[in-house]
Amino acid sequence: MKKLSLWSVLCVAMISWSSSAFSDTIKIGVLHSLSGTMAISETTLKDTVLMMIEEQNKAGGLLGKQLEAVVVDPASDWPLFAEKMRELVEVHKVDVIFGCWTSVSRKSVLPVVEELNGLLFYPVQYEGEESSKNVFYTGAAPNQQAIPAVDYLMGAGVERWVLAGTDYVYPRTTNKILESYLKLKGVSEKDIMINYTPFGHSDWQTIVSDIKQFGSAGKKTAVVSTVNGDANVPFYKELGNQGVSAEDIPVIAFSVGEEELSGIDTAPLVGHLAAWNYFQSAESEENDKFIEAWQTFIGDEERVTNDPMEATYIGFKMWAQAVTDAGTTEVDKVRPAMYGLEVPNLTGGTAVMNTNHHLSKPVLIGEIQDDGQFEIVWSTDGEVKGDAWTDYLPESALIVSDWADPAINCGNYNTDTKKCSGQNF
Amino acid sequence: MGVPIIERPYIIITKMLSKLTFFILLSFLLSEFSLAEDTNTSEKKSSFTEIVTGLTTKNFDEKAAIIKEIQQSEHPRSLTILAKLLDGKIYYKKDDKMIVIVDFKGKIANIINASTGDLLGEMPKNKLKKVGINNKLRRALNLSIAQLSLADKSEKVRKSAAVEMFKNMNDETSSILKKRLTVEKNKDVISALKTAISINQLNSPIHENKLDAIKSLSNSLYPEVRVALRDLEKDLSNKTLTPSSQILTQEIQAALKKIESSVGIYKQIENIFFGISLGSVLLLVAIGLAITFGVMGVINMAHGEMLMLGAYTTYIVQQLLPNHVEYSILISIPTAFVFTGLVGIGIERGVIRFLYGRPLETLLATFGISLILQQAVRTLISPQNRAVYTPDWMSGSLEINPALSLTYNRLYIIIFALLVLAGLMMLLNKSKFGLQVRAVTQNRTMAKAMGIRTDWVDAFTFGLGSGIAGIAGVALSQLTNVGPNLGQAYIIDSFMVVVFGGVGNLWGTLFGAMTLGIANKYLEPVTGAVLAKIIVLVFIILFIQKRPRGMFALKGRSVDN
Repeated sequence: MKKLSLWSVLCVAMISWSSSAFSDTIKIGVLHSLSGTMAISETTLKDTVLMMIEEQNKAGGLLGKQLEAVVVDPASDWPLFAEKMRELVEVHKVDVIFGCWTSVSRKSVLPVVEELNGLLFYPVQYEGEESSKNVFYTGAAPNQQAIPAVDYLMGAGVERWVLAGTDYVYPRTTNKILESYLKLKGVSEKDIMINYTPFGHSDWQTIVSDIKQFGSAGKKTAVVSTVNGDANVPFYKELGNQGVSAEDIPVIAFSVGEEELSGIDTAPLVGHLAAWNYFQSAESEENDKFIEAWQTFIGDEERVTNDPMEATYIGFKMWAQAVTDAGTTEVDKVRPAMYGLEVPNLTGGTAVMNTNHHLSKPVLIGEIQDDGQFEIVWSTDGEVKGDAWTDYLPESALIVSDWADPAINCGNYNTDTKKCSGQNF
Repeated sequence: MGVPIIERPYIIITKMLSKLTFFILLSFLLSEFSLAEDTNTSEKKSSFTEIVTGLTTKNFDEKAAIIKEIQQSEHPRSLTILAKLLDGKIYYKKDDKMIVIVDFKGKIANIINASTGDLLGEMPKNKLKKVGINNKLRRALNLSIAQLSLADKSEKVRKSAAVEMFKNMNDETSSILKKRLTVEKNKDVISALKTAISINQLNSPIHENKLDAIKSLSNSLYPEVRVALRDLEKDLSNKTLTPSSQILTQEIQAALKKIESSVGIYKQIENIFFGISLGSVLLLVAIGLAITFGVMGVINMAHGEMLMLGAYTTYIVQQLLPNHVEYSILISIPTAFVFTGLVGIGIERGVIRFLYGRPLETLLATFGISLILQQAVRTLISPQNRAVYTPDWMSGSLEINPALSLTYNRLYIIIFALLVLAGLMMLLNKSKFGLQVRAVTQNRTMAKAMGIRTDWVDAFTFGLGSGIAGIAGVALSQLTNVGPNLGQAYIIDSFMVVVFGGVGNLWGTLFGAMTLGIANKYLEPVTGAVLAKIIVLVFIILFIQKRPRGMFALKGRSVDN
């Protein structure tokens, strides 16, 4: 009996000690897959957050406290993302979460993060059509990637379009937006070819041969590719082998970055394009510093940087600034402090957080070089404001998102009926 | 009569000597001549360097203008510079902006002065900056290089130069080609040159010329020809109808019809080739499973990971032999066979032998092994995909005619798959080991009674199946990503092939693979890739209802069970 009570005293002491320890640090949740299919892309972002935390701690932390990372592994399993999100907020009591990559994982955590009033920074380019009170989207919306990419190609004289994508939500939505945008620009139905392939598709012979034929009609043709990361290598290899070169039919991709290129033989890809808000080859002092810090942190001089890393960087800097401004990590105080914040982005200008929870960022087009880097061939004049709801789909054109305007204060305000729809995001 | 054909040696020597003196004299004269000219061209030379130095600009339009200037300078080094620029080998020194040609060895580059060709020694990469090019420049470069290499030594280069010219035909380029035509001897090149000239002739104002051009183009399969013909047709339809334009339109339509019907035939041939090539990939990935699942009756979910290990072996071999990319694939084949074979034997001895006759547990255990192997690769090597380089002899395609070209990597894989199948059949049907395997498969107890060590036969059979999966992995490394998930993409397909073809029969596997491959390729253009896969799967399910043992059923242990 005595022994037991001693134990319970000890336990209580332990718990109170640990709870007092936790109030001394600010906890940052990292919700990126470290195993499974998406580990390939997401481990890099986990490391980026850890690097940012280390740097912030060296600079004295935040509000006089040190930052502490809580890393969990949702293992590329979408429902597990929701569980891990709950664990981070309820058990670990984190103040902010950096995480998710695929749209389906984001959709899976949305209800949880809203229910628990957490704060999520989502750093990947995505299909838009969403704006949650509890999520800041630091990656590109379609009007910050897909639309400018098409504009660029139109400027280069492209008249026939192949929209090739993997068969899931992001390519389907993006292609729907692009198709209606192209038609708006006067491209006729027969000059658009849409093609979907399963995940990890590896036999591209027929499709490439079709593209070749589609492209030999005399009009300049380009492929807009929303093909998911893994299927790209066989796709480009087949293009190269069948003699489709970037000069004849350029492929512009939205999910091929430096990181993806570092895993493949880039010879057949030279000249193909990618649209992002950041390229490692961008020349600016911030970028040089960031690349150096990253390579030192990871201990590999050859390690590349990419766009979602910049998005993570901007998100982290903004959050740190907002916390400093608000003087607390409380979500309801940090959120309003985010609006209008400016952080220098790595490509030279400044990124601004808008009240629709999306960033204003520049859009760049790069051509793949044989060393796996991009040569920036075009960029927008200034920053492009992220648009949560696209203007090119009739059902979305009327909807706006504004979390600062008291008259609206929701993520999907219909300007026609002057009402917010029932859903939270 | 009777005079020996072979000249006596001293005569040859004197002849050679006289030739030599002639050459010496000639070169002396020439050098005199060039010395005299040198003073004249020194200005020109420095200006060529100046033109070339202009490439340091960031503006792509300026670069395009400079490329044109370099091409027109007729300087002996123009072609080298343009070709190297296209190759991405043109850099400039950060300090004095001298344009150099680089040859990288790691982080150090051997540099050559681009405009003079002088060797300048070594320089670290960070002191150099690349002259970037974009697609527009690449097109301009290709065209300039084509014009400069119409007189190249190699027929192949001359021909592709002529074909490249199709895209930009006008009276000026046409006259260049006509000049070339007078000296050209190779048949293929002549026909390409003629096609190019005819494309230009379509725009001639004279009616007869147009008709001639259409006639001569009606046998050409180049896509540019069809474009040119269609453009002319459209042009004519926009103008007022005259008897001559009517004749032209008819001629064009006839020519197009003729071309398109032969293109259609080649398209069919191409499609069959695609089907066979997909079939041979399926054959390769399934054949190992045909042994472990088909012959031994083990539901081996880790089969995909054996493919993955084979692909990673290729990667590691390439890392170990960085200077022999061309042959590393060939070395990888036996290495991968031995390595994955050993892993297979290890799995059989360590896990599967305890689970014979319990298919559900085998399924779960091998599934577990597959997850362990995947995560092991992620932890030990990297979760990222690895770059496996394709040797030159495996990239590109064999051009049979402008409408039909077969890619080399697929061609080699078809041959390789058939070789592996033949080798395996030989092993199973002609060797002692094969005899034992068949004996154990057909009647284990009897085989045991005859003194066969059945457990070792089991281990080696499983090892053989795994080793062959490893070889297939080497082939896959040339087609797809080498990453931890490689096996997952193929496991379903390989089970489908084995089940469809008939469990325990290698001919069945061949038949199954080819049928599925070709069926897939014929469905794909009609239904799209996603639906094609689904239709094939549904078909197999229905087929299995009718013939549960697959196409070619065989008696074996799995039958006894």
